[in-house]
Amino acid sequence: MKTVRIPPALRSETEGKREVHAAGGTVRELLDDLTSRFPGLRHQLVEDDDIAPFVNVYVEGEDVRTLDGLETEVHDGSTVILLPAMAGG
Amino acid sequence: MPGYRELLQQVKAEIDEVDVPRARDLLDGAEPPLLVDVRELDEWTEGRIPGAVHIPRGNLESRIERAAPDRTQPILVYCAVGNRSAFAAKTLGELGYENVSSLAGGYTDWKRNGLPTELPRSLDAAKRQRYSRHLLIPEVGEEGQLKLLDARILLVGAGGLGSPASLYLAAAGVGKLGIVDDDRVDATNLQRQIAHSTETLGEWKADSAKRTIEALNPDVDVVTYRERLTSENVDRILADGWDVIVDGADNFPTRYLVNDASVWHGIPVVHGSIFRFEGQVTVFKPHEGPCYRCLFPQPPPPELAPSCAEGGVLGVLPGIVGSLQASEALKLALGIGESLSGRLLLFDALATEFSEVTLRRDPDCPVCGEHPTITEYIDYVEFCSGRPTHA
Repeated sequence: MKTVRIPPALRSETEGKREVHAAGGTVRELLDDLTSRFPGLRHQLVEDDDIAPFVNVYVEGEDVRTLDGLETEVHDGSTVILLPAMAGG
Repeated sequence: MPGYRELLQQVKAEIDEVDVPRARDLLDGAEPPLLVDVRELDEWTEGRIPGAVHIPRGNLESRIERAAPDRTQPILVYCAVGNRSAFAAKTLGELGYENVSSLAGGYTDWKRNGLPTELPRSLDAAKRQRYSRHLLIPEVGEEGQLKLLDARILLVGAGGLGSPASLYLAAAGVGKLGIVDDDRVDATNLQRQIAHSTETLGEWKADSAKRTIEALNPDVDVVTYRERLTSENVDRILADGWDVIVDGADNFPTRYLVNDASVWHGIPVVHGSIFRFEGQVTVFKPHEGPCYRCLFPQPPPPELAPSCAEGGVLGVLPGIVGSLQASEALKLALGIGESLSGRLLLFDALATEFSEVTLRRDPDCPVCGEHPTITEYIDYVEFCSGRPTHA
């Protein structure tokens, strides 16, 4: 299992959970698993079968867009960070 | 045991000495040596050779590595007449410096030859006392404090982030602070916006913050802009001359505007943002590191990005994030340390956890990329409305 960190703005979709576990060997599989259990997340993370342009996904601290995008491999024990922009000041 | 004179003769025989004309040739040459003044502070403050760094003889061993990390770098040391610098040159040789010479005749001969000197600026007694805890830090010291007093930092927003950032920058002695904010203080602000107070309810935030800052440190010149940063006024405000921008805005249009303007004006931005229990901090250095659009090419649709006014924020959170911004801004002004450029620092107050992700420049970035497609200000409100036009 991999740990996915849920940002505060999306926690209303994950019953308030800050971290959830998800199964899968790639970012795509992880997001599929995650959004099947928390369907409200889908439109906040995925657009046109890709990661939504206003969200960043980091695996081990690296933006998956600079790796293999949705096909980026995620190893057991890895932490995945979902990061939408926030503007509060 | 040799007496002082014998020891001095021995040391001078072991080191390289250069006379004043030769020293001037070296300093005017293509690869000038690092010029180190090893005299005491009171001598240094009465005049020095231009370009010298000051490391008193007593601190030479502990401080030289920071000034000259490379042991092969040529170093020219001087004192008043060339005796202390002879001992200093010997010490540097023992520390592994390969190319050290001492100025024979020292500063006295330099002046006698009619060569240029300069009076270093120095802090008066009151400033020396006020900033004494900075002066004690080798990385800051008097030169660093003088840099801070010369620094000009613009704060976009005098709210949650701008309050602590402006207060710490003012306390640190940043000489000029600009504050852009078109809002007035209201009661809901006071749970976190510590530059304001019950007494200033209803006042312009820029004016309220200015009063607090001036009470804290009269050395600071505060310039207020009681207006919202827009495509129309941003060039005028930036033309007032700022070294660093601290972005504490509370909305996406201003964030993107600050980014584009900073890239085009070449001004680094210390970015902070907060929501509920979490904050993000980074530094955007135009053309050196990623910009805000490299990080977030598009704003989220408004319904997916609630503001603090809609979603709330823990009152102390901007205190932590805004203070981190102040710390980054001070480092940029001083030219020390490793900035957060290329790194996004995430703070989660509920878990009390800091984490970090790597930011990279996007070669296709529409503003700072190789072939920019946005080269002038756009309609930022529309861009962030969820119905963006193709800019």
